[in-house]
Amino acid sequence: MQKTIRWVTMAVIFVVALAPILPQFVWSFSHRWLFPALLPTEWSTEPWDYVLSPTSRVGEGFANSLSIAVVVSLLSILVGLPAARALALHQFRGKVVIEWLLMVPIIVPGIVATMGIHQVFIRLHLTDSFIGVCLVHLIPCIPYMVLVMSSVFANYGTELEDTARTLGAGPLAVFRFVTLPGIFSGLLVATMFTFLISWGQYITTVLIGGGTIITLPMVLFPFISGTNYSNAAAISLIFVAPAILVLILTSRQLGRESAVMGGFGKL
Amino acid sequence: MRWLSLMEKIRAPLMVFPAVALIVLLFFGGLVVGLGQSLGYFPAIDSFELTFRYYGEVLSDNTFFESLWQTFRLALLSTVMSSILAIAIALVLRNTFRGSRFFTFLFQLSIPIPHLVAAAGIVLLVSQSGIIARAAYAAGLIDAPRDFPVMVFDRAGTAIQLTYLWKEVPFIGIVVLAILQGIGPQYEEIARTLGANAWQRFRYVLLPLIMPGVLSTSIIVFAYVFASYEIPLLLGVRHPTTLPVLAFQSYQDPDLSLRPQAMAMSIILTLIAVVLLVAYKRLARYAVNT
Repeated sequence: MQKTIRWVTMAVIFVVALAPILPQFVWSFSHRWLFPALLPTEWSTEPWDYVLSPTSRVGEGFANSLSIAVVVSLLSILVGLPAARALALHQFRGKVVIEWLLMVPIIVPGIVATMGIHQVFIRLHLTDSFIGVCLVHLIPCIPYMVLVMSSVFANYGTELEDTARTLGAGPLAVFRFVTLPGIFSGLLVATMFTFLISWGQYITTVLIGGGTIITLPMVLFPFISGTNYSNAAAISLIFVAPAILVLILTSRQLGRESAVMGGFGKL
Repeated sequence: MRWLSLMEKIRAPLMVFPAVALIVLLFFGGLVVGLGQSLGYFPAIDSFELTFRYYGEVLSDNTFFESLWQTFRLALLSTVMSSILAIAIALVLRNTFRGSRFFTFLFQLSIPIPHLVAAAGIVLLVSQSGIIARAAYAAGLIDAPRDFPVMVFDRAGTAIQLTYLWKEVPFIGIVVLAILQGIGPQYEEIARTLGANAWQRFRYVLLPLIMPGVLSTSIIVFAYVFASYEIPLLLGVRHPTTLPVLAFQSYQDPDLSLRPQAMAMSIILTLIAVVLLVAYKRLARYAVNT
């Protein structure tokens, strides 16, 4: 009985996990693939030629998406890491309020904030700008960084840091050689979250970027709503590549470190 | 000495300050501006009066309520189904068996994949000329694409829900799995020696332990689906569409005078989401503890 359940679950996971992704490889090489053919009747590299050409703007979108996601992740670490540490390891007045403030954007829909920020950014000339898009992406990213890292810091003992300090290590050396190795796997997962949240943003970028800052989802969108599935599939695969890379880098931490994902239980 | 204790006192507030400042300015600042605009304070079109007129206009429109129902239905169904499936799969995957690591990896596969890519994949699968329809034709189950059930652009939002399920089941599942692996088998063994059967061990031992994780992640999923824009726009019917689509469309209209209405609609959407989530949290706590 238990064995049957296990086998069925494994089969379902296998089929369901891959079914929406693998056919896109085939689609991206198809020129003619009409119903009811199970495989394309004419193969071609045309979708890839198109995607790699400057007219598709895929290259531009990729560069923008990547640089925005990297900047947003670095900024999230910069402001989120100290905040997470303070929330996990220090007691101070107003802590509950601060915790609540930082978690609200995860739960409360950001639609009003995005529209409101758009109005403010128009006046500050931050619309249509790289930095404006980065700022609006920070809204969902900072809370996730703080959420994951405060859970990591909560399971992190500071004794080693004290020992290092007694032995004469300066603040930078303590961080570099004691703190960072201690929190590294958690930080990797948290950074994966912020990177992917920024990487997948659509409507916020459309609104704040105003069509000047073109990102990958904006290039992909019209092909999915249209009927050019070959181009949609090729762009999808480019869009998904960094995500898969990130998963391979972090999957060990994701599965094994209960502290990292367990943070979600404390929300 | 006094200097040192002062430093100690302001250290933690200093550490949280940059994050809090950014969130307060961007999120709450945006919220306040949006609230003002929904109440008619909109300097760009020389409107400074404070009025509930726009709320009245939104609430007297039938389209709004149809969209609200559609939004709520989609969010509720995807959240409930994702949670149940996630718990079931996590219960299987928590055991170590041959291939369990590989299948746990496969299970996580969709977590980093963007929603748009998931949507594209689902369309290619379940549209009337999609892979599944072709397989059904090959198996002799249908004669033409029109015999295949409509799952994209349908009123029920099948493709939308499938996209969310594909994305969110692993997200909830991986959190539940992390908690289950942290618990270990001791509690269940004690329950077993006390004579609890499999259902009782799940209901009274495991469920209360994993519930906080299920609760938080399902709240995140509900909030996300309730407010998401591009998936219902891509895979759903035009009428009734979801509230975020409706709101963003009137917001992006070249006619700026529609913006206060769009804001009013978004404020109502936000309020409903918050009320639903608070109620859900209370209810789930109550249900688990009794």
